[in-house]
Amino acid sequence: MVDENYVIEMLNITKAFGTFKANDNINLKVKKGEIHALLGENGAGKSTLMNILSGLLEPTSGEIKIHGKPVVINGPTVANKLGIGMVHQHFMLVKKFTVTENIILGNEPSKAGFIDKKVAIKTIKDLSERYGLKVNPSKVVEDISVGMEQRVEILKTLYRGADILIFDEPTAVLTPQEIDELILIMRELVKEGKSIILITHKLDEIKAVADRCTVIRRGKSIGTVDVKSTSQQELADLMVGRSVSFKTKKGPSHPENVVLKVENLVVKESRGLEAVKNLSLEVRAGEILGIAGIDGNGQSELIQAITGLRKIESGSIELEGKAIGNLPPRKITETGLGHIPEDRHKYGLVLKMSLAENIALQTYYQKPLSNHGFLDYPAIKEYARKLIEEFDVRTPNELVPASALSGGNQQKAIIARELDRNPSLLIAAQPTRGLDVGAIEYIHKRLIEQRDHKKAVLLMSFELDEILNCSDRIAVMYDGKIAAIVDPKQTTEQELGLLMAGSSLEKARAALQAEEEEKKEAELIES
Amino acid sequence: MNHKNETLRNISVPVLSVLLGLILGAIIMLIFGYDPILGYKSLIEGSVGSSFYIGETLRQATPLILTALGFAVANTAGFFNIGVAGQALFGWLGSVTLAIMFPDLPRMLLIPLCLIGGAVAGAIWAGIAGYLRAYFGTSEVIVTIMLNYTALYISNHMVRNVLTNADDATPRISDNATLRSGFLANITDNSTLHYGLFIAIIMCIVMWIFMNKTTAGYELRAVGLNSFAAEYAGMSAKKNIVMAMVISGALAGLGGSMEGIGNFQNIFVMSSMPSIGFDGMAVSLLGAGNPFGILVSALLFGALKIGGISMPMGSDVPTEVVDIVIAAIIFFVGANYLIRYFMNKFNQPKIKITQAVTAKKEVN
Repeated sequence: MVDENYVIEMLNITKAFGTFKANDNINLKVKKGEIHALLGENGAGKSTLMNILSGLLEPTSGEIKIHGKPVVINGPTVANKLGIGMVHQHFMLVKKFTVTENIILGNEPSKAGFIDKKVAIKTIKDLSERYGLKVNPSKVVEDISVGMEQRVEILKTLYRGADILIFDEPTAVLTPQEIDELILIMRELVKEGKSIILITHKLDEIKAVADRCTVIRRGKSIGTVDVKSTSQQELADLMVGRSVSFKTKKGPSHPENVVLKVENLVVKESRGLEAVKNLSLEVRAGEILGIAGIDGNGQSELIQAITGLRKIESGSIELEGKAIGNLPPRKITETGLGHIPEDRHKYGLVLKMSLAENIALQTYYQKPLSNHGFLDYPAIKEYARKLIEEFDVRTPNELVPASALSGGNQQKAIIARELDRNPSLLIAAQPTRGLDVGAIEYIHKRLIEQRDHKKAVLLMSFELDEILNCSDRIAVMYDGKIAAIVDPKQTTEQELGLLMAGSSLEKARAALQAEEEEKKEAELIES
Repeated sequence: MNHKNETLRNISVPVLSVLLGLILGAIIMLIFGYDPILGYKSLIEGSVGSSFYIGETLRQATPLILTALGFAVANTAGFFNIGVAGQALFGWLGSVTLAIMFPDLPRMLLIPLCLIGGAVAGAIWAGIAGYLRAYFGTSEVIVTIMLNYTALYISNHMVRNVLTNADDATPRISDNATLRSGFLANITDNSTLHYGLFIAIIMCIVMWIFMNKTTAGYELRAVGLNSFAAEYAGMSAKKNIVMAMVISGALAGLGGSMEGIGNFQNIFVMSSMPSIGFDGMAVSLLGAGNPFGILVSALLFGALKIGGISMPMGSDVPTEVVDIVIAAIIFFVGANYLIRYFMNKFNQPKIKITQAVTAKKEVN
């Protein structure tokens, strides 16, 4: 049954890890020349499916056909030969190499044992022009922007002759402007006959670029829909399996006294360069201050400095009127800080310890969880059970290792631990990263609840939707400084995007106005 | 259910390791033309066949329990302490030196003094490596290996030039310092079993409580499993690394004391590190770092070592082949990751079958 020119047919794919089925009878059919979105919550099995397609995992059962022919993809090289290329979420580039060197790595054109760079550069230039990628092959990777790095990754797959490209959450690290450009590139690629699989859980991107969309839920394929005739709400409901609300309800804020005061703060990053440059800000009780910005503009360092995980060079940090700069983390925590860390696996949890021990992580040394240096396990378990119940953490019991929980439930456990101490300042760094719509909804509600209980909340996120949805004020960080503080009701995604990319508020507004006028003129001319 | 499976596996892996080692040992004996059944029979008889041999096996296991506990504590905090041997040697040196310095102190005072001295000597030696790692980021593997050599030469120098006048061994310690007991020797047919065994068993219990029931043990585990999360939660990774190493070294030093004032009753010039160090690491790995697992695996090692001595007499298997057989067993113990890997492999087809069955049911 060869119909409709399917380039990829993954039929009844099942992949089991022990008794757990990451993929359970999944079907995915991709037509030639289409952008096919693969939508699913975190842990739904998208990555497993794509790892099977790119030869990193072998399916337990099921069949794969490429161009209608059954194939066995038992290694990445096989996938490569079949024309399947993956654009990874985390770029796999050698920073000190040039673009060309990175692209030809492992596939060098050679002449008598020497690398023939001229040929390589020419091939790459041709490819770059053909697909509108605008990449300069002789630049060193560490000097180019994140968006450019991604294009290098795309070129890498094209150079290896891929005609089926898998994009794994490609917009996670991009500014809104870069996302627009990426969408153009993807369109250009399919125009030239390539097929694209786009892995994402962002619905607006699917609406913007995809032709069809296959939804996966808990390892099963729920169905494939035509994107044009399906609304975002329908897509979200399909993905989660129930209806979800996008906008978190929230009343106006009533800010009171200053809880966190940062003045002229300077913090260095690990390589010794200044990451936070003379930054000042305030967060008041009863408000959520959102920090927007592209990854790597000093947000992480700022938060590490406030929480005591990184030394400050100069300036001051005050929490509830007490100077906390360079105090040990425990002192700061005890002063009244709750911290949902950016990387929950690295900082938030000890994955191999039990859930109960993780819930006790900040308070294990205090009564009633311990007594004279001895842990009171019955008390710890009881405390864990109480929080599991209160914060609706879905887990078989409190004794399973934290690693056994899904991302959303791990995050709920961290939130439970941090909020139950009733801190006057809550720092939430990327609190919904990698989580699905349902969990995001829950976490946003909790953040707003904190605000309504007259606590101060500092929310750092790379997701503009999240920032716009939750914040009462938005501070945009660029290059270690606050570029501007704006009111979420009066700003737009475009304006934030320009600010995040380094323009000043006046410039951003002027640019947006000019663009608007241009559009109007164009419309006038047309009519 | 999953939890039970995990526990079962934790027990079955070391058991399987030992069995595979024994099989390989048997094959080796066959290749060299010896009777493996006779060989193993004399191994068993020579280790647990009489009260004398049981006493010897227990005595052999005593220092291994302590050095293995020491290795395990450091390992829990994420620190690979290869220096157990050097720390044990320092403990040995420390306790014998004290015993020789104060030969006439009453027994109830001198023995604790020697034990504490041994523990402190080991703790200092390990603490150096811990301090360097915590505050200067040096590799503990390299530092502890180097400290092993330093310990060996310092010890030899002390024996030759400080404790004696150019002799190869110190005189025996006084009766007030020895852990040997007439009572234990009596019930085990004059074996060299000494009170150290009870110290080792007590330390097993103490360490189990420490690791699992105290806040300090909880911190050590957290730092070892994820130092970033530990720092985030306000624990000091530096302090914990140093503490883990000090405890590790103290236990290793105590293991050395067992040799000093229990087994040998003196210290002598050595050409290489005492074997209780590296054997202790193997014991700890076989026991999966659990104090009670360590107790059992130390007894096994003790039995192998002591039984090995009788093998040449009972079965003509030459000492060299006995050493190969014992090495084969240790090899499989060390390779228990490999066994885990194959066990996982073997487990997979079973799941496939059950899946096929459920799939059929669904079709129906």
